[in-house]
Amino acid sequence: MTASDTHRAIDAVWRIESARLIAGLTRIVGDVGLAEDLAQDALLAALERWPESGVPDNPGAWLMATGKHRAIDTFRRSERIERKHQLLGHELESRQEMAVGELDAAIDDNIGDDLLRLVFISCHPVLPREARTALTLRLLGGLTTDEIARAFLVPEATVAQRIVRAKRTLSEHKIPFVVPRGAELAERLSSVLEVIYLVFNEGYSATAGDDLVRPGLCEDALRLGRIVAELAPEEAEVHGLVALMEIQASRLRARISSSGKAILLLDQDRGRWDQILIRRGLAALERAERLRAANGPYALQAAIVACHARARTAAETDWRRIASLYDALAAVAPSPVVGLNRAVAIAMAFGPAEGLKIIDALTSEPSLKGYHLLPAARADLLEKLGRSGEARAEFERAAALTRNARERELLLDRARAQNADNHTHREKK
Amino acid sequence: MRFMVIVKADKDSEAGKMPDQKLLADMGKYNEELVKAGVMLAGEGLHPSSKGARIRFSGNKRSVIDGPFAETKELIAGFWLFQVKSLDEAIEWVKRAPNPMPGKDSEIEIRQVFEAEEFGTEFTPELREQEARIIKQAAENAKKQGSRG
Repeated sequence: MTASDTHRAIDAVWRIESARLIAGLTRIVGDVGLAEDLAQDALLAALERWPESGVPDNPGAWLMATGKHRAIDTFRRSERIERKHQLLGHELESRQEMAVGELDAAIDDNIGDDLLRLVFISCHPVLPREARTALTLRLLGGLTTDEIARAFLVPEATVAQRIVRAKRTLSEHKIPFVVPRGAELAERLSSVLEVIYLVFNEGYSATAGDDLVRPGLCEDALRLGRIVAELAPEEAEVHGLVALMEIQASRLRARISSSGKAILLLDQDRGRWDQILIRRGLAALERAERLRAANGPYALQAAIVACHARARTAAETDWRRIASLYDALAAVAPSPVVGLNRAVAIAMAFGPAEGLKIIDALTSEPSLKGYHLLPAARADLLEKLGRSGEARAEFERAAALTRNARERELLLDRARAQNADNHTHREKK
Repeated sequence: MRFMVIVKADKDSEAGKMPDQKLLADMGKYNEELVKAGVMLAGEGLHPSSKGARIRFSGNKRSVIDGPFAETKELIAGFWLFQVKSLDEAIEWVKRAPNPMPGKDSEIEIRQVFEAEEFGTEFTPELREQEARIIKQAAENAKKQGSRG
């Protein structure tokens, strides 16, 4: 293997092992920031040694052992050395007496728990949301600071700062490295799922920038979701989120034309929907429904997208079922956005006039003030009712509100399409 | 990125010989690791070619040839579909698989799957026309639904 081959192999090993490495080290040293530093030290050691010695048979174990040695070195330099040294020294001595196979098993025993602890601590509510996202993508997703910065279209320095501050906050608050239990678990889990879905949405429907979709981010979020689903398989909402993401991701290739233009769901070529992801999504949804009465918000959203996935053509969509699922969603997770989506479903099931009634009631909602999909939905219904002039105005209002160039393009196209009708009406007069 | 990971056949797999307990257990554990890492999209074993068939295309002629097929080393016994960031990551994962033919030399091949965007990314006049048609059709659909409402 050439040196550059080894470097690429090390990159791949890092992607596979880094989260587990950091998680295991965090349990040992009790601090996420220190653990990441030690993990980076282990990586450096690998970059120095492996080009010569070759990639070891069990690279994860090598990195962990190296990290633990570094941890001991670190503790020698701190005033808590005595107690920790004894604990670690003892642990290492007894490890040296074990056979290699037993060593691997002993490391593996705790890793699932440690990884789950790392997931929860990275999404801790004491951290601001952007910090949770950056920290999760860094520690669990293995993304570099630069990759995170590009994902959210912020400067790299901003992301670096968020991560540094996040680690400091966790230290200062002495946040324990545990999996939450009982009543706390539901709330803490919802924070985890929120972070993952936030990342997914940035990839699925970017809030700003020139591209509508960034599939790499969807892949990152999906991978994280699948990992958490295996770490906490008894939590219905995790499977619900995974189902939602798998099915939405199945449409990525159909969402944009070859020139990058946005294509609406009902206009998409369903032959381009990824059936493997749909199958996986439906399987995850089934897992969620088996665990719980299927009324969690993510499971409900997944059930809604599953309705679309099961319809072979747009005309075969079961809109009444979708409308009733939105009723259920509005009951467990009410929000103006849910209300808006419910209105759209009701319009499809029972006619645009019905939907418009509900949307008109939402126009005074303060939290929807800057939300471009509200005027967009209203415009769509006005168009269907033949009220072209009003439809054009609403499409233009929506276009002005979105920060995404592709969405703006689509909305302006639809506004312009209204003009043709307007001319005709004027001529008739 | 997606990769198809292909396990080659040998005379035992072609004879329909079941893998021994240890291999089954090791493969099961390996598949579990792939699932826990979120990288396995699909994975299946294939029956021997004696249960399969080939279709030969010659001009307009289609002829069916029943298995088994002789050239064992050209046959496959199973496959995975991985979702990973790079070929290097796929390689690293495959290295961790148990030897599919224990006690013998064997090979697993890794091939990158085409993403739809990679087919003819140039925006040709034909594609431009097609796109215009899609937009026009969408506008008509919208009007139709309006009149139904």
